[in-house]
Amino acid sequence: MPGESRHSEGGFFNNLFRSRPRYVTVQPRSAPVEAPAAGEPSLTAVPVRRDERGRPVYGREVPDGLWTKCEACGQILYTKELAKNLYVCYRCQAHQRISARERLNQILDQGLEEEFDADLVGGDPLQFPEYQEKLRQAREKTQLVEAVVCGRGRIEDEPVCVGVLDFAFMGGSMGWAVGEKVARLFDRATAASLPVIIFSSGGGGARMQEGVVSLMQMATTTQAIARFSAAGGLYIAVLTDPTMGGIYASFGSLGDVILAEPGARIGFTGPRVIEQTIRQKLPAGFQTAEFLLKNGMVDAVVDRREMRRFLARLLRLHRKRGEWCDSRSIRVGEAPR
Amino acid sequence: MTPEAFEWEKPLAELERRIAELRSFSEEKGIDLSGEIATLEERAVALRQEIYRNLTPWQRVQIARHPRRPTALDYISRICDDFIELHGDRTFRDDPAVVGGIGLLDGIPVTIIGTQKGRDTKENLARNFGLPHPEGFRKAMRLARQAEKFGRPVVTLIDIVGAYPGIEAEERGQGLVIAESIRTFSVLRTPVVCAITGEAGSGGALAIGVGDRVLMMEYAWHSVISPEGCASILWKDAGRAPEAAAALRLTAEECLRLGVVDEILPEPPGGAHRDPDKAAAVLKEALVRHIAELLPIPPDELVRQRQERYRHHRSRPHWQMPPGPASAPAATGE
Ligand SMILES: [Zn+2]
Repeated sequence: MPGESRHSEGGFFNNLFRSRPRYVTVQPRSAPVEAPAAGEPSLTAVPVRRDERGRPVYGREVPDGLWTKCEACGQILYTKELAKNLYVCYRCQAHQRISARERLNQILDQGLEEEFDADLVGGDPLQFPEYQEKLRQAREKTQLVEAVVCGRGRIEDEPVCVGVLDFAFMGGSMGWAVGEKVARLFDRATAASLPVIIFSSGGGGARMQEGVVSLMQMATTTQAIARFSAAGGLYIAVLTDPTMGGIYASFGSLGDVILAEPGARIGFTGPRVIEQTIRQKLPAGFQTAEFLLKNGMVDAVVDRREMRRFLARLLRLHRKRGEWCDSRSIRVGEAPR
Repeated sequence: MTPEAFEWEKPLAELERRIAELRSFSEEKGIDLSGEIATLEERAVALRQEIYRNLTPWQRVQIARHPRRPTALDYISRICDDFIELHGDRTFRDDPAVVGGIGLLDGIPVTIIGTQKGRDTKENLARNFGLPHPEGFRKAMRLARQAEKFGRPVVTLIDIVGAYPGIEAEERGQGLVIAESIRTFSVLRTPVVCAITGEAGSGGALAIGVGDRVLMMEYAWHSVISPEGCASILWKDAGRAPEAAAALRLTAEECLRLGVVDEILPEPPGGAHRDPDKAAAVLKEALVRHIAELLPIPPDELVRQRQERYRHHRSRPHWQMPPGPASAPAATGE
């Protein structure tokens, strides 16, 4: 898609920072989610909860318990204070794992304005032992339908499409539904000319219980990003603890800009498997965000308390040529493609 | 020479030994035992069919790992009329676990890329047991782009448990390189035919396993993780790998049913190692046939169809998928 056609058609990036529409038009989903074929086990048992305004409610409210122990330094922390500090230990600065809901609340101006594919679920393609039971437990525990929450919202008024994986849901692993939701997020963002930010925290990566089907999601998500990228879209990957395996080796690695939270474990193979293979202890700091920064694999390590501000700055710095030329009365030349 | 037999082949091996004995006895003594021999041979055929029809997934994994199973270079030497190997990723080093080059396949110049296991311990050490480092995948990407430039089809031969799990591999971005390789093959504007010849585990396999067609040999396996890895994660016991092999549904038949592969390539009775020439002939016929089908498709359409193949698996017996939101045009560059 040549660059000038987007400009001449008044593509979204053109008016994004001028007219600031209150809501972004996103292509409506045409077809409803079909139920699995007859005779197949249905996994659609989870109704999507909605608030009084009809918006889907994802995830639980803030964790319970007055006190929380920091796994890194052992300090007993007052949960209210910890929450105020965005779940960064106020003694040792360790970044605790947070739910998708908490993440969206921290990052977006007013939470999700619209959730995408809230009720999309996969199947049990391998009829894998205990998979359905594990899914049921994960849903009960997290009050999420699947391991990723996708939608759109704003960061300091900048509209974005955003996806967040939740580690508490089967380790934030990617099966068919997660892959499909991520792919659709990029397809929607392509259609709406919106940037995409994904917070990936998916333990083992691909979901073992869906076997080779989950492996294929690495291709599905990667290809959606390739289409999005070819259309000029900006994708910011934010790697949080932990981002491993098939998630790191697909959409986790393909950001135009890749950020990481301090101390996050990021890599392809899990440390236990590496230790077993090479029969030696791994060096301290191996596979941390800082290790990746040193090795040139991420652009920046960003403290959670700076993340929202940092993302907003990045979004503004990615304004298209037309917009900043305009503001300085420079004649718009064609952007290089 | 019969290659070393598997445990489950022992009754068959015993029968074959008795037939050979009878034959030499009848020749030595000049006694006609053709009736007895024919009966035993019939029983051997029936027994072989019986054994190979009822192989468990774990037994298939064993066949896929047979030390004499043909490697990428074994196939290349049999299917190509000419082949020039090309080395190196142009960034770090030449990874011996990945081989690649240009060959003539039934008169068609093709770029062939494969993971290469060794044929003995010494070779396996040199080849790192066919487990690539990031530079191996970078070499694959480089050769694939080179093929694209010259309009050559790409053939990949996959026999890999997974990408190498090591410190340096992580330092050099194993995960990132796999993602880039998946992207490279996903947008390549020339036909890509992948053949799983042995093992195909995890992102390492997918890194050179995204194509317009994916073929799979009869006794090969393909999954998100090795049976041992699955068992040790799930049940903290790698010894339960046979169970995991069944649960993962990693056989060629299951992969075909799941729509992940397009065609199963039949192997000689007992596995490709029993008759590498025959296995290679089957592989060559299929590769040439699929390449001939793909060559007339314009590049844009080819890339679109390839991505469609992954988004909408042709057979989805366990769920139905609604069409996604307004599909973007296929990406054609990076
Ligand atoms: Zn602490």
